[in-house]
Amino acid sequence: MTSVNNLFEFIKGIAPIEDTAIIWVIAVAIPALIVFLVMAVNALIAVYFERKVSAFMQDRLGPMEVGIFGFKGGRKFWGGIGQTLADAIKLLTKEDIIPADADRKVMIFAPFFIFLAPFLTFIALPLYENVIVSNFNIGILYILAVSSVGVIGVILAGWASNNKWSVYGAMRAAAQMISYEIPIALSLMLAIIVVGSLQINDIVQWQADNRWFILHSPFAFIAFFIYFVSVVAETNRTPFDIPEAESELVAGWMTEFSGFRWALFFLSEYANMLIVSVVATMVFLGGWLSPFEIVNMPGFDLPQPFLAFFTNSVTGPMWVLLKVSFLIFVMMWFRWTFPRLRVDQLMYLCWKVFIPFALANVVFVSIWELIF
Amino acid sequence: MGMNTEYLKELGIIKGDEMILNMGPQHPSTHGVLRLKIHTDGEIISYIEPHLGYLHRCFEKHCENLSYEQCIPYTDRCDYLAAMHMNHGFVMGVEKLMGIELPERVEYIRIIIAELQRIASHLMAVGTFGLDVGGITPFTWCFRDRERVLDLFEYLCGARLLYNYMWVGGVSHDLPKDFIKRTTEFLDYFETQIPEYNQILTGNKIFIERTADVGVIPADVALNYGLTGPNLRASGHSYDLRKEEPYSIYDRFDFDVVVGEGTHGTLGDCWDRYYVRILEMYESIKIIRQAMADIPNGDVHEAIPKKVKPLKGDIYTRYESARGELGFYIKSNGKNIPSRVKMRSPAFASLSALNEMAEGWMMSDVITILGSLDIVLGEIDR
Amino acid sequence: MDFNNIKKLLSTNHGEAISVLEDTEIILVPAEKWSEIAKDLKENKDLTFDYLSCITGYDNGAGKSIGVAYNFYSMAKKHSLEIRIEVDRENPEVPSVEKIWRTADWMEREVYDMYGVSFKDHWDLRRILLPSDWDGFPLRKDYKEPDYYNGMPVPKDKSYWE
Repeated sequence: MTSVNNLFEFIKGIAPIEDTAIIWVIAVAIPALIVFLVMAVNALIAVYFERKVSAFMQDRLGPMEVGIFGFKGGRKFWGGIGQTLADAIKLLTKEDIIPADADRKVMIFAPFFIFLAPFLTFIALPLYENVIVSNFNIGILYILAVSSVGVIGVILAGWASNNKWSVYGAMRAAAQMISYEIPIALSLMLAIIVVGSLQINDIVQWQADNRWFILHSPFAFIAFFIYFVSVVAETNRTPFDIPEAESELVAGWMTEFSGFRWALFFLSEYANMLIVSVVATMVFLGGWLSPFEIVNMPGFDLPQPFLAFFTNSVTGPMWVLLKVSFLIFVMMWFRWTFPRLRVDQLMYLCWKVFIPFALANVVFVSIWELIF
Repeated sequence: MGMNTEYLKELGIIKGDEMILNMGPQHPSTHGVLRLKIHTDGEIISYIEPHLGYLHRCFEKHCENLSYEQCIPYTDRCDYLAAMHMNHGFVMGVEKLMGIELPERVEYIRIIIAELQRIASHLMAVGTFGLDVGGITPFTWCFRDRERVLDLFEYLCGARLLYNYMWVGGVSHDLPKDFIKRTTEFLDYFETQIPEYNQILTGNKIFIERTADVGVIPADVALNYGLTGPNLRASGHSYDLRKEEPYSIYDRFDFDVVVGEGTHGTLGDCWDRYYVRILEMYESIKIIRQAMADIPNGDVHEAIPKKVKPLKGDIYTRYESARGELGFYIKSNGKNIPSRVKMRSPAFASLSALNEMAEGWMMSDVITILGSLDIVLGEIDR
Repeated sequence: MDFNNIKKLLSTNHGEAISVLEDTEIILVPAEKWSEIAKDLKENKDLTFDYLSCITGYDNGAGKSIGVAYNFYSMAKKHSLEIRIEVDRENPEVPSVEKIWRTADWMEREVYDMYGVSFKDHWDLRRILLPSDWDGFPLRKDYKEPDYYNGMPVPKDKSYWE
């Protein structure tokens, strides 16, 4: 619990407030606001990016009419940069429809539950060594635990809609998200075994001392791919988007939601993409380390000033963002290239392919650690 | 879920843990306003009952009140994705009834147009099938190329979807000045595009997993259900009216009948039905090239009768449309208004086999199978 | 096989029941004999009409009979045949062939829907294109447009449609 404490001390130092309770509230509210803003901005940018990427892949132009901040529309990359903002405003001003037969309370409650999961997860996500809301010593475990809270919300949303299609979507989503958490956890386990810490800072520090974790051993390399494919499934994106498969279930558990509460689903979906990409970056791709530090071998040392120039508190977050954007781009690339799997094939992939491989990985990495 | 499940069980409509699910009439993947009443046990389908008629526009009743020429625009609206085929099929029937000899040029023009239409229609089928199994990109690619065919048609007759182009005894307009040149350009471009579809869809592992071995229908069962066209040929039956009973001047062209081979699974599965359509586009290209090479000159309005008034009699014509065998049963009682027009709709027969194919498969497969049948509701409901 | 041979074969098998419509190549069959003739069409080695292309209902005019036309094609033998059955307008009843050709299932339902021909032994004879509560059979020549449908008045003045 470093950062919130620091903030508390900082506010106490400058603000003329005696009551510590109020200062605590402020110290918690500021990071919460920042996290919310990060999520909102992330969704805005990611949606725009996704539209442009898909348009590029499909020989279209994508949004190109709505300009903002002096940017004019047109056949440029920033042609429709105000489009997502306009969409967001449209969503927020839309009528909030609750079907007559729906379970009213649960229906109102469910989107916030789903939103809660990525919101809480952001607390433990670092952007740089100290750029973090709260630096837990159980970071990875916390991320895994809190991000699965969303499943409850999905089930509630599907059930409350009183719509058979929604229940289909919710059941599929729950089965899928719970199943795919296992290979994800097992893949992250490798890093925990090797580093001996659950804290993300320690894991990145290990990578700074040795090499990026993806190059730790052949098993870590495999684990990265298992992790990445599993998180694509975990975030319900194509080719694993069977819970909301638009050509089958229309929109799955989101079908009956509209307006702001639907926007929350959207926000959480893109936030989840960001979270899993950040975790992949931190654990496997060297976090805020520059690409010049992929391998830190004695004899091949680059000069220290050179490294310090490329990995510092300014460039560090930049590297994180670059790596994360690349991973998000790959996810979008998947989505606009692949068809969708069927529900049984999806389960087959998880239980009969990924989990055995991930388990074997854990065993072999333990042996590898004993030998080397 | 399902408040009245107990009641339905008591009536014996559903068994055990079954649930009734309504797919449509508003559903993105039913290819129109089709309602499927699906009995499911979890994800497994036990019975599908299609409910038709949401797009019924009384085509046959209209025809009994309109003159023959006025019927042609109505045929457009039946299969709006292959409107030229509908025109051609109907007009052929009336011409046979009246015994009209067509000028060579008209026959050639009709075949070029019909094969272009087949390409457009198959592109739609392939694209929406990709969409049904979850790939959105192939859909937009196919639409991009279909657009070019529609542009050609617009250049030809001014309309992009519903043409009213083929008239009894001729066609409405002669080919525009450089139509042949533009069509050649399109074909040259299009031939390079088909391998792209194969890259993104045909050979994709997930696509094969989703479609191979799914919705298998053996040739004899398919025939018994009246499946025709690409759907029957995918089951390995080489029945193509263009070869079997060459109407118009199809006997002059050299092309192959594409049949399914069961490359990635059982013969007659969804993958075969999809791939037959891809290969048929190559055959259409072949036919168009040959027809364009030796198209004669002439007047396309030469044989158009002053008055379309067949003698008393009946005729049943069959036409190979993009979806299969299109039949027109026309009864004339000697007036300028038909006494009865019946359309044998190929997709109607295809849809009747849906339950046979989908039983025992999962929810997602129903959509795959429906997509592979390439139905058009306008033609089913008429 | 050409039409004359098919006719000869059917006459030897079914005797007087078969007759040919004047000046055409259409065989008229009485409704009572239809189910056995249909079975013969499908199973006779020389005929093998394995493909039922179309079933068309038609009306010969108010007060006259109602007919059903079957168009067959044989994929194996490459010949085609049209068969007609004409039945009484008041009580049109034709044996169903949906067990012989499955495609007849929906086609017969459509004929029933439009002409009210009831197909005996059809497993599921319901309306198919029209709503189940529709009154009358709209393609009959003597069909009168209803004044009301489900309590809604049907517009009679259609001048504004044109």
